[in-house]
Amino acid sequence: MSKGDGILVALAGQQNAGKSTLFNLLTGARQHVANYPGVTVDKKYGQYRDAIGTVYTVDLPGTYSLTSFSLEERVAREFLLGDRPDLTVNVVDASNLRRSLHLTLQILEMELPSVLALNMMDVAEGRGIQIDQALLSERLRLPVVATVGRKGQGREPLREAVRAEAARQAKTPTPPPVLVDYGTLEPIISQVHQGLAPFKAVADLPQRWLAIELLEGDSQAVGILLERLGEAAATPLREAVGDLIADFEQRQGVEISDYVVGRRDRTVERLLDGVLSGAETGRTTLTERVDRVVLNRWLAPGFLLLTVFAIYQVSIVWGYELTNYTWPFLAKTRELVAGLLPSAHFLVDPYVRSLGLWLVDSANTLLNYVPIFIILFACIAIVEDSGYMARIAFILDKILHRFGLHGQSTLPLILGGVFAGGCAVPGVMATKGIPDNRARMATIFTVPFMNCLAKVPLYTLLLGIFFVEHKSLMMFYISTMTIIFALLVAKLLTKTVLSGHETSPFVMELPHYHPPTFNGVASRAFERTWQYIKKVGTVVLAVAVVVFVLLHLPGLPEARKAHFQQQAEAAIERFDQSMADNPYREIATGANLVPLINYYSDYKRAKLNASGAAGSQRVTERFQARNPDFLALVTRGGDRDAKQANRALRTLARERQKLRLRMREERITNSILGSIGRGMEPITQFAGFDWKINVALLASFAARESSVATLGVLFQQGDDENQTLEQRMGQETREAGATALLAVSMILFFALYPPCLATTIMVKMQTGSYKWMAFSIIFPTILGLAVASAVYSIGMALGATAIEAMSAVYWGAFLLLLIVGLLSDRKASRLLRQRFSPG
Amino acid sequence: MSKMPQRGSARTLNDIRPGGRVRIHRHHSDGAVRQRLLDLGLMPNVVVRVVRSAPLNDPIELKLDASSITLRRREAITIEVTSEEIEP
Repeated sequence: MSKGDGILVALAGQQNAGKSTLFNLLTGARQHVANYPGVTVDKKYGQYRDAIGTVYTVDLPGTYSLTSFSLEERVAREFLLGDRPDLTVNVVDASNLRRSLHLTLQILEMELPSVLALNMMDVAEGRGIQIDQALLSERLRLPVVATVGRKGQGREPLREAVRAEAARQAKTPTPPPVLVDYGTLEPIISQVHQGLAPFKAVADLPQRWLAIELLEGDSQAVGILLERLGEAAATPLREAVGDLIADFEQRQGVEISDYVVGRRDRTVERLLDGVLSGAETGRTTLTERVDRVVLNRWLAPGFLLLTVFAIYQVSIVWGYELTNYTWPFLAKTRELVAGLLPSAHFLVDPYVRSLGLWLVDSANTLLNYVPIFIILFACIAIVEDSGYMARIAFILDKILHRFGLHGQSTLPLILGGVFAGGCAVPGVMATKGIPDNRARMATIFTVPFMNCLAKVPLYTLLLGIFFVEHKSLMMFYISTMTIIFALLVAKLLTKTVLSGHETSPFVMELPHYHPPTFNGVASRAFERTWQYIKKVGTVVLAVAVVVFVLLHLPGLPEARKAHFQQQAEAAIERFDQSMADNPYREIATGANLVPLINYYSDYKRAKLNASGAAGSQRVTERFQARNPDFLALVTRGGDRDAKQANRALRTLARERQKLRLRMREERITNSILGSIGRGMEPITQFAGFDWKINVALLASFAARESSVATLGVLFQQGDDENQTLEQRMGQETREAGATALLAVSMILFFALYPPCLATTIMVKMQTGSYKWMAFSIIFPTILGLAVASAVYSIGMALGATAIEAMSAVYWGAFLLLLIVGLLSDRKASRLLRQRFSPG
Repeated sequence: MSKMPQRGSARTLNDIRPGGRVRIHRHHSDGAVRQRLLDLGLMPNVVVRVVRSAPLNDPIELKLDASSITLRRREAITIEVTSEEIEP
């Protein structure tokens, strides 16, 4: 970010002060989101033109203070120290001024020229709070501007203040005033200050601030010292500071950080004396009255369920219906691309064509979900902005916390599809709001265990084949085992690989209810959807190419190619013969044959996609325009000769289709992916998987939906086309000696199977590391395979029926859940008691 | 670090029933927890009201000044309060 002809402004403020709304107001639509280097905290920046040039604006993460205890605070502080913005706009909640000013004092201590934005003035006024802005400005010696970000009020005055203050600072830089008198600590601060003076390496840092931070024992400040001065020079300094701290704490009987907070609080009190009036505390606010009902002990679970159900219904169910209307556009795009690519040959298509269509199909699979995402993200934004999200966490924290998750893990799990039908991509995305890092990581890795929309077809398929009698019981198992597995896995991970991760206390604010604004909700929904399309889209396309190659290479051996070619020629020969006496022979055979048969299949597909009589009519018109001669042959309404030609054409098209399918099956069998599938058989045999299932499971990594499609190709028999996949697969697997136990094994593996590719990309984005992304793939694979193998092998050995095996797994897991839950509860209460025992 | 009070000798926020008003005496937590509690305004001598506990009894909600704050009982037990009853 160049400051060249403009200035750099940072927006700093506490959570729930309306900082982001004010940021949007200030910069308008021109904003970008990136990550701060090395961490997953969003860095939002934008810019606007002003009389003083371009104003580059950075929206810092919302923080209550600027210590180094949380990631957000460290990030905000590093930015303020490292980038030294020309001006800081300190956004404060006017209705909660006393708390807000603590942050203001810390910003001023860092010697950052500032402007104070008194935001949410409407809320303050609504509570009868009056603020003497002129007096506050005089005492703080800062420009103070009143704003109401949500209503779009105060943009010009704020820009004006930024402009004026930046110009003033440019002309005569004046460091902010020293407002806090640290009393008996002052001489010690001076001592440290003097001790730091000889060191040029820290001369650029605000000296008083650094001295206070060192005295507070702030780890980041100590880190800066070590880094800039080197171990040798820093150590004596640290020791001296350590002595001063010990001496002070012994004399005063209070820790320095507490003392500092106390002095700051006294300063705030003094600053606000006479500034603030009318803040009565007796009256109950609307928020309190709403919470009496919404958070009522008995009613709260009901409201929560209602909210969850509403989100699910609106975004997943209705959103899915909406895709019925948007899908035709995607299908049309495919047709358009298909028309542009080199046309199909009789038997083998040019690679450009098959790869092109493969890519369009992959992209369409993802884009098909866009309507769902827009609605989903809008719903989340509403729940967040209204203030209910924090209350969801409040209600459910107890259960989730017991298993290493967090109250705020609720939403990601819902989005992932707790019961049936969700998507792990927005689920993992939504983990961003979880303040406890360890719980956030645990949530990221458990969201993929939910039942995403794309897992459902395989379940339906398997239940249709093997569990006709026990369908509803199996459905119950499948839709509730997700949460059991997720909680157990979360507990396991928190106790093992994640045990070293930073946790934060569950101490948070329940914000006041606000009606969400349309702009706020819409912009967030589109912003997040666009992020999904951009990041996920590009990577998925890249991997689609790889999977394409793995499925196509090395291709069929020459002898087999020749064999299929021969059969194709025979089929064409038969077609030519039946057309021998037909007056349409000219336009149907020879060089016209391949265009005609392509025309035929395009026509059939277009008719299938067309909706209603009018749509069907339009298709006919389009094909009429494309080739009127062919049209007579592909419809069944022509004269006697045309009818006969149509029959012959249909036969040929069917044979062509059959040959192509067989070639495809052989090609996949021979392909690299096929070899990998076979290579895995020695391991997967314990779970009962043969290579075909392996290939389907591997291919489903690119996109879950493809598992059923791949199985469809692999289990196709060709001769009796009327059999459904259920019948074919059932028959073939039974012939191979497989039982319904295999289906149980597959269902369990699929439930624990690694997230699809798009999700793993999201895991990379949210964890910021490829290592964790790899973990999110490897761990579930091993877990899924272990569970599936155990169930299949033990089940086979004991001769258990499928439903017995499934019930055993389900209730076993459930029992384990209860035991773990009760044990950690006992441990928690023991800890609570111990805290207060002597010593 | 900080000295723990004797068992039973101190009242903490964890002991206060919904509706009760108390004055914060001191904190027995440290590090991030302590900092966050102070940041949210739970400073010594401040009066808070326990509003309610969650449907499963944990966490609890507090009210101080204009803001509502929620914290788990394991954090609440580290906040010592004075023995006086505060009238609204």
